[in-house]
Amino acid sequence: MHTIALIVENRPGVLVRIAGLFSRRGFNIDSLTVGSTDNPDYARMTITVDGDEVVLEQVTKQLNKLVNVIRVSELLSSESVERELAIIKVAARKEDRSEIMQIVSVFRAKIIDVSPRSLIVEVTGSDDKVEAMVRLLRQFGIKEMARTGKVSMVRGTKAMVP
Amino acid sequence: MGKMTGAQAILESLKLEGVETIFGLPGGVLLPLYDAIYESDIRHILVRHEQAAAHAADGYARATGRVGVCLATSGPGATNLVTGIATAYMDSVPMVAMTGQVPTSLIGKDAFQEADITGITIPVTKHSYLVKDAKDIPRIFREAFYIARTGRPGPVLIDLPRDVTVDELEFDYPEIHLPGYNPNLKVHSLQIKRAAAALMEAERPVIYVGGGVKYSDGHRELLQLAERIKAPVTTTLMGIGCFPEDHPLSLGMLGMHGTKYANYAIQEADLILAVGARFDDRVTGKVASFAPQAKIIHVDVDPAEIGKNVRVDIPVVGDAKSALAELAKAVGEKPWGTWYEKVAGWKGNYPLCYSTEGETIKPQCVLETICRLCPDAVIVTEVGQNQMWAAQFFTHKDPRHFISSGGLGTMGYGFPAAIGAKLGCPEKEVFDIAGDGSFQMNIQELATAVVNDVAVKVIILNNGVLGMVRQWQDLFYEKRFSNTTLYRVPDFVKVAEAYGALGLRATKPSELEGVLLEAIESEVMTVVDVVISPDEKVSPMVPAGASLSEILELESADPAAQTPRSYAGPSASEILELEG
Repeated sequence: MHTIALIVENRPGVLVRIAGLFSRRGFNIDSLTVGSTDNPDYARMTITVDGDEVVLEQVTKQLNKLVNVIRVSELLSSESVERELAIIKVAARKEDRSEIMQIVSVFRAKIIDVSPRSLIVEVTGSDDKVEAMVRLLRQFGIKEMARTGKVSMVRGTKAMVP
Repeated sequence: MGKMTGAQAILESLKLEGVETIFGLPGGVLLPLYDAIYESDIRHILVRHEQAAAHAADGYARATGRVGVCLATSGPGATNLVTGIATAYMDSVPMVAMTGQVPTSLIGKDAFQEADITGITIPVTKHSYLVKDAKDIPRIFREAFYIARTGRPGPVLIDLPRDVTVDELEFDYPEIHLPGYNPNLKVHSLQIKRAAAALMEAERPVIYVGGGVKYSDGHRELLQLAERIKAPVTTTLMGIGCFPEDHPLSLGMLGMHGTKYANYAIQEADLILAVGARFDDRVTGKVASFAPQAKIIHVDVDPAEIGKNVRVDIPVVGDAKSALAELAKAVGEKPWGTWYEKVAGWKGNYPLCYSTEGETIKPQCVLETICRLCPDAVIVTEVGQNQMWAAQFFTHKDPRHFISSGGLGTMGYGFPAAIGAKLGCPEKEVFDIAGDGSFQMNIQELATAVVNDVAVKVIILNNGVLGMVRQWQDLFYEKRFSNTTLYRVPDFVKVAEAYGALGLRATKPSELEGVLLEAIESEVMTVVDVVISPDEKVSPMVPAGASLSEILELESADPAAQTPRSYAGPSASEILELEG
């Protein structure tokens, strides 16, 4: 799995061009996130791609050819910080509540909604951490889940800007 | 420059880009733009089908090296351009396609003649624009032409909603600011050094040349380099004409219907210098066994092509012409050696050939005759057997003199592209080498040619069948000729005459030269119906998926295939009787 960060022009149709490129060339997107940058003219995307080095090289080169794509960079997990946020609605019977809350506290997650038969848990962290949390909560019954997909940034002063 | 309407700004932008000729067909939303064209200096060629507008713009671009421009209305007009845009995209042809669009207020409402053409064409354009505001017109046109012609060229689409062509703007042609578009033209000197060293070391080098050399105008530098190091040169279909085929170092075309000696040379080579070519499957055959002993140097302006299909040892990103010039400077003069002798031996032993037996005209002979009578002609082709014979049996010597849909393989491309080429190069003799199947796909353009006095010479190699598919059925589907027989309908001479063109026919070998001479001397749009056998095959051939070493010589005519059961149409001899 490879993580690619992109700076793109913040214009209509850009997402379609990028997503279309992946499907057309047979690359598999595992997750894709888009959001604004400090400069409203540009957006930042983080894409995780499944494939070997050859695939990664093709993906990077093909993305670079798109006129609306300003920067493309692979982010190595060893050199960058990565975060994902998930909110999980988990079934919570009376007798399970305290255990769920213990898990939440161990993961430094948060309970952001409480109702008689369920809780909504918010967890932030690397995708491994989110994955581990999801696995543990599964025993109580996950009713619904929303994940943002990964955002990532290189450590240190080096910055990826338009 | 003052205030003007969007339509006027479009024409002003075209003028600033040096556009003299555009190809198009009007429609409802384009009325304001066509009204402005009415009083403009731009030459507008009215086609009879929008697909032909795109192909004509493409042929114009390939023949002249300038950006081809086409125009079609919203909805069906725009979708009819798509095949032509895709053709240009696959062969990296600089083109700007303009489409009308419903007014911005109606976009997304499924309005009359609305189609999301920017969405439809994303996979087949280098870039595209939907103009939302008239004041963006000058910037967008400037960017579009710049993107279309620089780096690896390609088609750019501009979608023009009706209201945008009516609204007024202050015209200002701005400087280009495209932070995300940086075509990488300058070659890296270290890579050149490494490549030159490899070329000097190699004992059996082959230079494999594609369309990139043509587009960068690098044929002189190629000749210089090849002669310095005595490396034989083979071209792809797109690269034809970049190296003179009468040169002792020429191997002609390689690949599926390439020469045996080009394919043998590739398989024996210890170094391949690929320039402006993309290792297409029709070139490499089975990729795993392509050039098994060779190191590969790949020069391409598009970094994404390097390493896409084959492993590359020395990548060189940059413009083909400058890379070839740098390489020619960096290498030393090499003597003629045993490698050249070996290649020359193959050339002597396995020439392109065909059987001259029988009473029918041989298509290969048609091409050889045209080449003898008119060696400087621009040869445009349709797609299929006609295309391969035109590639093989005309001795190509000049770049931009062979124009053919390679990547997409678009039947119906040749005739409108030939019209575009002739309009771009009126002083040159332009032939469309056609099949009866392909020609019928844009036969309506006879009207465009006649009305605009475009004297294209269409040579129909009329076998009454969809010959290339039939050849595969013959070889690989036990002669089960499913839906490949066209019965030599219609009568092309009468069709030509009906459109006001000159129609000629040759049915016997003895008539061929006279008829071709008449066509060459003709100063009007001319159609020549040349009756050939449906059993004639393109040879040699590397079967799909096989290695280049497995190239086969095919029998040129198989009598068993002419039994009424396996071939529903009349046999060649019956046709001769009927028509002769």
